Amino acid sequence: MITYALYFAFGCFGLGLLFNLWRIATGPENADRILALDTMVINIIALLILYGIWQGTTVYYEASMLVAMVGFVSTVAYCRFVLRGDIIE
Amino acid sequence: MTNGGSLLPIIALLPFLGALVPGLMIRAGRNACATFTAVPTIAALAMLGVLTPDVMAGEVLKAEIEWLPQLGLSASFFLDGLGLLFAFMILGVGLLITLYARFYLSGDDPMGQFYTYLLLFQGAMLGIVISDNILLLLIFWELTSLSSFLLIGYWKHLPEGRQGARMALAVTGSGGLAMIAGMLILGNIVGSYNLTDILAAGDVIRASDWYLPALILILLGAFTKSAQFPFHFWLPHAMAAPTPVSAYLHSATMVKAGVFLMARMWPALAGTDAWFYIVSITGLITMVLGALIALFKDDLKALLAFSTVSHLGLLTMLLGFGTEKAAIAAVFHIINHLTFKAALFMTAGIVDHETHTRDIKRLGGLAKFMPITALIGTVAALSMAGIPLFNGFLSKELMLEEAAHTAWYQNDWIVPALATLGALLSVAYSLRFIFHVFAGPARDDYPAHPHDPPFGMYAAPALLCVLVVAIGVLPGLAYPMVKVAAQAVTGQELNFYLKIWHGVTPALIMSIIAVVGGALLLGLHRPLARAWNAAPRPEAKAIFDALISALVRLSRGVTDGLHNGAISRYLAIFVVSTVGLVYVAFSGGTLSPPTREMLPVPPVVAVGYVLLIASALLVVLNHHNRFRALVLIGVIGLMISAGFVYLSAPDLALTQISVETVTIMLLLLALHFLPKTTPRESSVGLRLRDGVIAVAAGAGVAALAMVFLLRDFDPISDYHLANSYEGGGGTNVVNVILVDFRGYDTFGEIIVLGIAGLTIFALMEALLSGPAARRLRNTDYSRDRSRDRHPLMMVVATRAMLPIAVMVGVYIFLRGHNQPGGGFVAGLVISIALLMQYMASGFGWTQTRQRLEYHTMIGWGVLIAALTGVGAWLGGAPFLTSIYGYIKLPLIEKFGLGSAFAFDLGVFLTVLGAVMLMLYSLSRIARYAGETVNVEPMDYDPSGKRELKKPEGE
Repeated sequence: MITYALYFAFGCFGLGLLFNLWRIATGPENADRILALDTMVINIIALLILYGIWQGTTVYYEASMLVAMVGFVSTVAYCRFVLRGDIIE
Repeated sequence: MTNGGSLLPIIALLPFLGALVPGLMIRAGRNACATFTAVPTIAALAMLGVLTPDVMAGEVLKAEIEWLPQLGLSASFFLDGLGLLFAFMILGVGLLITLYARFYLSGDDPMGQFYTYLLLFQGAMLGIVISDNILLLLIFWELTSLSSFLLIGYWKHLPEGRQGARMALAVTGSGGLAMIAGMLILGNIVGSYNLTDILAAGDVIRASDWYLPALILILLGAFTKSAQFPFHFWLPHAMAAPTPVSAYLHSATMVKAGVFLMARMWPALAGTDAWFYIVSITGLITMVLGALIALFKDDLKALLAFSTVSHLGLLTMLLGFGTEKAAIAAVFHIINHLTFKAALFMTAGIVDHETHTRDIKRLGGLAKFMPITALIGTVAALSMAGIPLFNGFLSKELMLEEAAHTAWYQNDWIVPALATLGALLSVAYSLRFIFHVFAGPARDDYPAHPHDPPFGMYAAPALLCVLVVAIGVLPGLAYPMVKVAAQAVTGQELNFYLKIWHGVTPALIMSIIAVVGGALLLGLHRPLARAWNAAPRPEAKAIFDALISALVRLSRGVTDGLHNGAISRYLAIFVVSTVGLVYVAFSGGTLSPPTREMLPVPPVVAVGYVLLIASALLVVLNHHNRFRALVLIGVIGLMISAGFVYLSAPDLALTQISVETVTIMLLLLALHFLPKTTPRESSVGLRLRDGVIAVAAGAGVAALAMVFLLRDFDPISDYHLANSYEGGGGTNVVNVILVDFRGYDTFGEIIVLGIAGLTIFALMEALLSGPAARRLRNTDYSRDRSRDRHPLMMVVATRAMLPIAVMVGVYIFLRGHNQPGGGFVAGLVISIALLMQYMASGFGWTQTRQRLEYHTMIGWGVLIAALTGVGAWLGGAPFLTSIYGYIKLPLIEKFGLGSAFAFDLGVFLTVLGAVMLMLYSLSRIARYAGETVNVEPMDYDPSGKRELKKPEGE
């Protein structure tokens, strides 16, 4: 059962990544692109966790944790750039 | 007895050690400076005196200090008759010049510098004559070129001095390069770089196919150094040097180095037709040409310079004859030329010093005002002319005697005739030196009132004149020295006599013709000089300058063609040549069939690859919009990190994620002050070219990776996997490699990282104090800004994040040795955590709350890593050997604690310091652009107690 659930989840998040890319490529606004990138980060976190479940190991956990942490930071940085220009004022 | 040999390295070192002293002693006064210059020379002379009896008895003293015996490199010295003669000349004249220069140099000249250069030169020259290893000899040879460059250009304010120094360095330096090649060939033929071995293997050398190239290359070195035609032109230009330098280098020692080398190599190279014709013809041409030009020079020093060229030609010719008698004559003339020419140069220096001119046309009748100088000058000049009872006569007779029965291509008369012509011209210019300077009516229009100099100044030339007369009257005085040196040159036992009267020989008749002819020529000097000056002749300096500027143009053309300042060209050249080389290697070898299967690609992974490829293409299409390109680069970084996870490289994934984030932040910081779009500048053709290059390189790398991945080969990773826990005490192989196996690499890398951080800081400092700062100040960056400067939500969120992020950092750091993580990743994580605070509450607020200087942090990091490495020495192990153990602290898991841990701490601190310093430096720009700094953590005070002070401009 868990295998099918994993297949389904892989399929959904993979599709999600492709849609994110479409949004990043077409825009139209920079805000759309940043949002799509942030969503992409979340999708990747999900995929890493799913992959860990699939392989039955915890070794990928730190990687997804780190992606979560720094993905947030880079999203903030992109946003500050668009809003204020200077990211460290 | 070979104990004496151990003194040789000390003798060779003394002048170099002594060279350190005069520069300091000048503070104690000019006399002290000169005295301390003389000390090493006198000490070396004394040691040489101790060795003299052994050498005179026919012994060859040796000393060897091995350095790299496998390569034939050793500091070995030897002293035979020839070396002894030259060593005495170098040290003896060096001493006299030290005395003379004390009085010659004026108070404005930096005397300490002069004596330092002089001793450096003396050491280099001494090294040449007592080296046993030809590689060592070559080093000393180049050192003489360098130190003579310094000495010629001593008067830095004179353009002639600087140009003359450059010319001398260019000519003798390039000759030295040729000689290096020749010496290496010689060493290859013989199989040893030891001079004594080479001299003993003359027959092997002469029979070798490589004899001629070696001979020509070595002779190029000797001819350039000894100013032989057609390289003679540098010597007159080197006369811009102070007169003591001219007397020492350009008459007594350095220009004789070429002659010395030919004499030294005589047993190995002489005795063939090639030697005979090349050396004797060059020598004879130089002798006649030099004498001819000397006759028509009005500058005293130029006259002496060309006469030196002529006499060096004479010596070269004698060595070229290749007979034993010629070698005797050459050795004897080396001594005689030294005595009279050094005296003449010093006399010219005295005349220049006292009358303030060296122009012969403005001189004359000086005998009345400066009788002592006139006497010295006359005695030396008569010797140069070859008048009996002076020593020049004796060696000139020997030379003419040899010339009288030397034939070129069965032609009996051409050598004697030209030799007589050379001698005749030599008489003419020597007599001119006497009659046009000292004799004649006294004048009243000298630039300064002439009088004899103080005793110290004429003591040195006077002493040399005593030698001139003593040897001239009693040739037996010089006999032992000549004999032992000539035997060293020829390598044979010689029996001969030096005497004044040989009976009526061809040489005597040629001599009489020369003296009479020379006197007649002087009588006709005025009309002849007019004709000479009217005649067109090639100007050596113009030719040399044209040649040099053509070479400069050529190299500038090549350099500018390759390095035109456009990075696209550098990259194109680099990439194309790399691809070309790979193609050559690829097409040359055979490829074994693949041994591995392709891996299956699950659909999700395929999506990842599609994303990577698509975003790479999108970057290419969108790179004119820089922000959009940055977002796409973010996608690529994210996908590569995910790829690392999928391909079982979690360490790399962690590092990649953190590095991506920091990079994006750096680029965003920089982009704020840059144009947001890249202008379209390249033509279609250029873009096409670059596209083809890029695709070729990418395809090449892909093909290479493919080829490797499909085949089994023997990687070094097996060793690391096997020894990681045993040897490094960790189960995370990647980390053990970083901090243990390849710890030395990592140590170098963190230093580079630290330097990079400091460099960015320094560059920014320079940038902000330059014109760019003005432009920044005058540009308005505040348009279309959100009014939300430090949003409450963000500030609160980052505050909450800080301890969590720091916790993660510490966790990753501690477990790094056994699980994915380590100092590098931890440093990045902590710096990201700190950066969040900078972003949220602004630079000013955060900066006041951080108490550690980032510069210091880098320093501490490198220091800790270094100390860890050094700590291994205490245990007697090599640098960076690690020790480890396990400790268990309450509450947290057992973790490995070893020297690797401390090393990792160093890595951590350096990374943190460097990253923070880079971001700090970049964000400093904003302050210069007129940005205000906030003192409060956020825009809105949630306590509502006070109104926040709004920064200016908001």
